[in-house]
Amino acid sequence: MNIPADLKYTKSDEWVRVDGDTATAGISDYAQTQLSDIVFVELQSAGTSLKQGESFGSVESVKAASEMNMPLSGEIIETNAALSDSPELVNQDPYGNAWMIKFGIADSAELAGLMDAAAYQKYCDERAH
Amino acid sequence: MTEPLIYDYSSPGRAGITMPQPDVPLASFADLPNGLVRDPQTLDLPEVSQLDVVRHFTHLSALNHSIDKGFYPLGSCTMKYNPRINEETARLPGFAFSHPMQDPLTAQGNLALMYQLQEWLKEIGGFAAVTLQPAAGAHGEFTGILMMRAYHLDRGDAARKKILIPNSAHGTNPASTTMSGLEVVELPSDSRGNIDLEALRQACGPDVVGLMITNPNTLGLFEEHIEDVVKLVHGCGGLIYGDGANMNAMVGIARPGDLGFDVLHYNLHKTFSTPHGGGGPGSGPVGVSERLADFLPAPLVAIVEDGDDDEPPLYGFITPKKTIGRMKAFHGQFGMHVRAYTYMRVHGAEGLRENSEVAVLNANYLLAKLKGAYYLPYDRVCKHEFVLEGHWADAPDVHALDISKRLMDYGIHPPTNYFPLIVKEALMIEPTETESKETLDQFAEVMLTIAKEAHESPQVLKTAPHVTPVARLDEVRAAKELVLCCRPLPEWAE
Repeated sequence: MNIPADLKYTKSDEWVRVDGDTATAGISDYAQTQLSDIVFVELQSAGTSLKQGESFGSVESVKAASEMNMPLSGEIIETNAALSDSPELVNQDPYGNAWMIKFGIADSAELAGLMDAAAYQKYCDERAH
Repeated sequence: MTEPLIYDYSSPGRAGITMPQPDVPLASFADLPNGLVRDPQTLDLPEVSQLDVVRHFTHLSALNHSIDKGFYPLGSCTMKYNPRINEETARLPGFAFSHPMQDPLTAQGNLALMYQLQEWLKEIGGFAAVTLQPAAGAHGEFTGILMMRAYHLDRGDAARKKILIPNSAHGTNPASTTMSGLEVVELPSDSRGNIDLEALRQACGPDVVGLMITNPNTLGLFEEHIEDVVKLVHGCGGLIYGDGANMNAMVGIARPGDLGFDVLHYNLHKTFSTPHGGGGPGSGPVGVSERLADFLPAPLVAIVEDGDDDEPPLYGFITPKKTIGRMKAFHGQFGMHVRAYTYMRVHGAEGLRENSEVAVLNANYLLAKLKGAYYLPYDRVCKHEFVLEGHWADAPDVHALDISKRLMDYGIHPPTNYFPLIVKEALMIEPTETESKETLDQFAEVMLTIAKEAHESPQVLKTAPHVTPVARLDEVRAAKELVLCCRPLPEWAE
């Protein structure tokens, strides 16, 4: 399982990459494996302000539908338009081409509550048995 | 595999029936609005003989798996046998040839049957009143939630917007809530598969319309704190909605109304033996407690004039005082009412209870046989169904889907898989009371064989099914490309 060291992770399996005042988010390799083949991605539009933990969109696979939650509070600046036509990118490249939203960080103090790669690896291991 | 379409048998001028001479004056095409007249040449209908039609569809039906062909342990769907006597009664001319528009005075037998069915469903659920209108389970949910909303609004309380739903719930629960313009709040489950009481306590408040609960829940487990759950929700002014999908474990044993439920939908096509799935329309009657009775959809069947020793009562339609309105054209799926009524008459009160007891016994029998070979995440005595994990750490390539596909090679319909969502790689198994011990033993044997294959020759599972007309379908393409017509769309449909 791929867990890049430079990202932060949530308990609901989103990743976030911080770049100054802004951040990019998507779902983890673990999440896409669990969901299996993804057929549909729906994202909130740019300009929407959301609190940490609120839904920024939903993803649907052949097995299940799932909400995706804001790793940090903020306002969406841009969404990845490619995912509406090619949702399979989420399975192929969850940390790269399948980034989902870019947003302005409202409160960087919230970052302290997220997991680093080592903690997330442990969290994923705990759920497998 | 490529199967011919009915169109492939078409030959110009061939016909399946001879139309009788019309006994009314023929309308002229010239009298019809221009834009609505279609050119017969471009109608694109197959021209086939009766025998072509019979052979084509008989052949296709033989490719399908059904309850009449084999074991169908589809969890939460209660795929029990559909007794043939139901079909006989539903075809009695007085039922089959009645028309919903005819004068109720001329359809007293039909109304008497609907009235009696309402009464029995009241008795079984412990409710004050029942509507037969909803066309299926989710439609019953929608009806129930609309009544709960109407009840609060009628009290002048417009602040309630939230419906609490446990994370083990059927997906239809949040869908019905959203359809009703309300907001879903998901509740976690505890380690024994019950609703997490602390989370419920925190969620209860003056903004709560009510709680939707399935009991036994989708893990097949009876909610151990059901009395506390009801007390907490009622305590904050909310109502309890019961999803009756799992009533097959409860009939004659426990009554949701006695537990404090305010609304519950039944699935006649699960619990009461009417056809399920492609076999027929569903039917989702809804029972309510006293305080919601005035909000039921209209019309209800009632005795409008009492009978006496010589005269039967007169049945008619009434409109509840604060009705939410009509939920369906006419009176619901009447043909299913006849079938469910027949089922109840055949078994009687004692027999219905026994059916539930045997359904629970059958599930526990299978559970005991399988839990050594498959991981059972919630290890409790189950009700009418149970959920296993279709995955092993020492056979990492094999998933619930592979087990499901492999079962098809053995002539068994796969159980519900990947649901409920709180169990990883879920396999949800519901045998129902209609299966014999021999069938259950055979199924257990097959499941144990598959568990062995998963460890010794996983490839057999990965490439299954091997004996079905088609192997694995392209699920991604099926979900993304929604055009089902395999012929070019006719011009008028574009």
